[in-house]
Amino acid sequence: DPHLNIMYMYSHSILSCLQRPHQYSYPSIFIYGHRSSGKSHVLHVLLKELELPHAPVSCVECVSVALLFEQVLLSFFGADAASLLPRSPSLSDFVRVYRNQCSQSPAEQTRYIVMEKAELLRDADANLLPALLRLQELVEDNVTVILLSEIVWDKFRPNTGCFEPLLLHFPDYSKGELQHILSHDRHPSYSAEFYSSYINILLGVFYSVCRDLRELRHLPHAMNVAFTCFCVSSVKETDTHKLWRNMEPHLKKAMQTVYLREVSSLQWEKMQQMEEKESGALRGLSAHTHVELPYYSKFLLIAAYLASYNPARTDKRFFLKHHGKIRKTNFLKKNEKTSNHLLGPKPFPLDRLLAIFYSVVDSRVAPTASIFSQISSLVTLQLLTQVSHDDQLDAPKYKCAVSMDFICAISRTVNFEIVNYLYDFL
Amino acid sequence: NLWPSIFQGCFVFKPSAKKKKTALSLDFQQINNHQQNMFCLCKALQDELNRNILDSLLDFTRKCSSTRQHSDWASQMRASEIPTAALVLGVNVPDHDMTFQSLSDLLQQSVTPHVASVQAKECGALKHLMKRVLERLMDTVVDDEDEEEAEQTSAQLNKSVHCSLSTLCAWYNAKTKVSPPGKKRCSHVGDDLQSPPLVIIFKDLEAFNPRVLQDFILICSRYIERLPLMFIFGIATSPSTIQHMLPHSVSSLLCIELFQSLSCTQHLATVIDKLILTPQFPFKLNGKVMQVLISIFLYHDFSVRNFIKGIQLALLEHFHSQPLSVLCCKKKAALLNVMHLGPQDLERIRQLQSFKRYVEKQDPQEQVNLFTDDTHLKEVCQKLIKNLRQYHKNYYPILRCLHTLTSSLPRYPLGKQIRELHLICLDKNIWENEDYQSAMKLLKMLAKDQLILEDMLSKFKQLDSKSDSSTPYFAFTLGYVEDSITSPVKNLQKKTDLFQLQKTLLEMNESRRSKKLSPFEALRNEALEFIDSLVKSHLSAPESQTLNEVCYYTSSATVRRHLNATPRTSIQAALNIPYYYLQNDRLKTEDGIVSNAAPDICIVYKLHLECGRLINLYDWLEAYSTVVSAAEGNDPELMFLSLFSSARFIRAVSELEFLGFIKSTKQKTDHVARLTWGGC
Repeated sequence: DPHLNIMYMYSHSILSCLQRPHQYSYPSIFIYGHRSSGKSHVLHVLLKELELPHAPVSCVECVSVALLFEQVLLSFFGADAASLLPRSPSLSDFVRVYRNQCSQSPAEQTRYIVMEKAELLRDADANLLPALLRLQELVEDNVTVILLSEIVWDKFRPNTGCFEPLLLHFPDYSKGELQHILSHDRHPSYSAEFYSSYINILLGVFYSVCRDLRELRHLPHAMNVAFTCFCVSSVKETDTHKLWRNMEPHLKKAMQTVYLREVSSLQWEKMQQMEEKESGALRGLSAHTHVELPYYSKFLLIAAYLASYNPARTDKRFFLKHHGKIRKTNFLKKNEKTSNHLLGPKPFPLDRLLAIFYSVVDSRVAPTASIFSQISSLVTLQLLTQVSHDDQLDAPKYKCAVSMDFICAISRTVNFEIVNYLYDFL
Repeated sequence: NLWPSIFQGCFVFKPSAKKKKTALSLDFQQINNHQQNMFCLCKALQDELNRNILDSLLDFTRKCSSTRQHSDWASQMRASEIPTAALVLGVNVPDHDMTFQSLSDLLQQSVTPHVASVQAKECGALKHLMKRVLERLMDTVVDDEDEEEAEQTSAQLNKSVHCSLSTLCAWYNAKTKVSPPGKKRCSHVGDDLQSPPLVIIFKDLEAFNPRVLQDFILICSRYIERLPLMFIFGIATSPSTIQHMLPHSVSSLLCIELFQSLSCTQHLATVIDKLILTPQFPFKLNGKVMQVLISIFLYHDFSVRNFIKGIQLALLEHFHSQPLSVLCCKKKAALLNVMHLGPQDLERIRQLQSFKRYVEKQDPQEQVNLFTDDTHLKEVCQKLIKNLRQYHKNYYPILRCLHTLTSSLPRYPLGKQIRELHLICLDKNIWENEDYQSAMKLLKMLAKDQLILEDMLSKFKQLDSKSDSSTPYFAFTLGYVEDSITSPVKNLQKKTDLFQLQKTLLEMNESRRSKKLSPFEALRNEALEFIDSLVKSHLSAPESQTLNEVCYYTSSATVRRHLNATPRTSIQAALNIPYYYLQNDRLKTEDGIVSNAAPDICIVYKLHLECGRLINLYDWLEAYSTVVSAAEGNDPELMFLSLFSSARFIRAVSELEFLGFIKSTKQKTDHVARLTWGGC
């Protein structure tokens, strides 16, 4: 396995931990490293190869501790043991059941509990993490808890102190290692050498922007069609220079779309199968930003934007017909030199939104129920966000959550010059 | 009785009010038929409109589940991604339910029995989302006996086994291992699919908590090798929300494909085309009601469903409020109903504005006859009803004809959409409209362009074929025409004209090619004059038609009140004029005067209108006691002191505060601040 080869050193150190299964091992091991640095993969392969009893648990999946306990018991002692747990079990329930069970079937080898995404344990009950770290003592069994995390141990340590686990660090893969791993899942019809030079070219382009193995693995097969096209046409497989020249434009294009998942790999493939001329038609996810809104919703959104980005005391200047001569300098406070657009949207009360709305919209609008329901539907569409709590019926506060470009596009459709009304652009 | 089931929840007023029999007993069957026809048509339309997108979605699911079973290199590499369809539906959220319903129905029919749809409001936390998904996926196989029982079993299931995807995994394996023919549910589903996919539909993606969604996707991706999961995201705004909600690490677990549905304005255009611009339904809306419905759609909600509901409301109101609406039905039934009209109804007919206008045009003897002889009146009515139907039959083809001519003119003098033209026509006679005249002038200049001519020719042909398919008897008519049997019926004549028009246009085309300009111009003018005459004879405003009141619903105020409620105005009306709602004669007053007998809150409200921004509570109480004591004939001094009255006053004030007219202020103690502007 390429991962194991590369991670030889680390797997070696894990192995040394796992080696003597009949003796008690260290109660807890903490393994950390960046995403897709091979932590769980290496561990799983090792545990499987050595045929050690283990319980893999994903902390994301365990929405309650009950699920966690259940999965551990299930994989160590079978379904009967898991059903012994009471409803909403506490930690001591778990320990009790575990001890019961392991007295009936004592461990011949060390049992391992592998907890993925252990950083979520920090949000769980305060006693869970310390207890897991010295579970061996609590249940009096030869059990080791292995925590896998992307965060260093320092961020875990509870302030009441706890048992210190054995720390292991998985460093990121180097470029050479990445190439080695990626070459491993080559298409069966190409020679290893050729495929590896192809990977080399890919890495040359993408390594500077992305070092995530998972992402990089997704690329070669997304580029597959272009690659096969080339392979069919080219005569010599060894001509890497020619390969590069053929692949380069495809890679550039892929950098913008496939890498960002603007276009799914399936669509990308289809797109490449189509002729070059048509491929322009397929646009990425972020290309579709236009949103069609009812007329008054547009104005409500515009009003919300103005309320969010203009200071309330300038409303008089913008929305009163005879405001006299108020220049920007008149109400410019000293500390207000920074643009409001840099500071982000500010919350505003409903009253202010409606007041601006009525002065902005060109016709007389009755304050009907549907105007108010439009505000709440804008909130569900995430174009506005409610700042105050849901329960607060009296004077709710909102923020506008759309970008400048978006609001400009919207106001263009209703012939409203929004820039004239924004304090920042005076 | 289908009545309640169709209207459940649509209308505010009570069903008992509807059943109140009017003088002429309403034929409920008739309204029912109307309703059902319309309803079926709407449903069919909806399905038709969504067909494309639903079909492509179905294809997508099929393809995804079939590629899973392939073992070629590319699909193996993609196996770790969850296939996801991003379905962009537009902001008209109320309409989406129907789409999702038919989508999940279709999926269950043809792809997989395992479909679960979830809404954001029922999935606040990951636990809930998980539970809903499991319940719905596994419920699909629970024998459909009693609903409650099914719920119970699922509840038990969730008690004994914690809801995690591993449970689902076990269930799915057990399910697929059992050979499908044994199960009645699966027998017709996917013979080609050994493992039908599990489809999870997120109806409103925007409203989901991003955190919950991320975790759920992470969990699902752990199981993707064992479970053929599939997502469908219902998106109301734009696909980029996916990127806003999900970080790259999560969205890279999905293989997203985009599906864009028809825009709601196109949807509305089709609905109007099929439901309103057709002589098929005798029930019609007048210009103002149409205007109200369309503006609610365009200005407020973009919801086609609400638009259809508005039509339903109008229809109901029409049959409820207009006794003569018995005549608003299919031709045969209408003619029959005329014969059954009672004397009271005949009197109502005589009172109709349009009928009076008609009578004035008749000679004196006829006038007397119409007013005295009931049987004669019935005969005349039959004739008039026939005329009205004829008018409608001619109106719509000519409307479309005019629209095709004018819709491509610069600056759209008669509107871009046919509904705008229809509104103009409903309002008054169109040839009196300035825009119409300018359009005609434009046409006379424009027609020189050969391209446009050919364009229009094709459009006319389309129109022809359209009406061909929609009204089978039109083909029949054409046959008649070709056999050169001239028929006295106006309709036939008109159809012939359309046919001839086409010919003339063709001829014009040819003349253009042969560079003979002057004959071309002559022909063009001739054709336009001909169209003009058609318009003048057939596109007159419906109000000029005799007996139009039978078919046209006119009360736009009612529709507006019901569909576009103004709570604030109603509250103010109630406070200002309590008589309006309470209907108690003691409360009748002149404008602006507080009746002493009015409820406390009304008195307090009226008094507070006279104050400035800050109101002194003591003065207010004083004024209040004066008014109330005058009503009860007590001595004001005594009254003022009485605890009872001040308690009533305080209650009224707090009610006002609750309604949002005043609030307590910290600027001055024993003062409250007014929150509304304007005095009496």
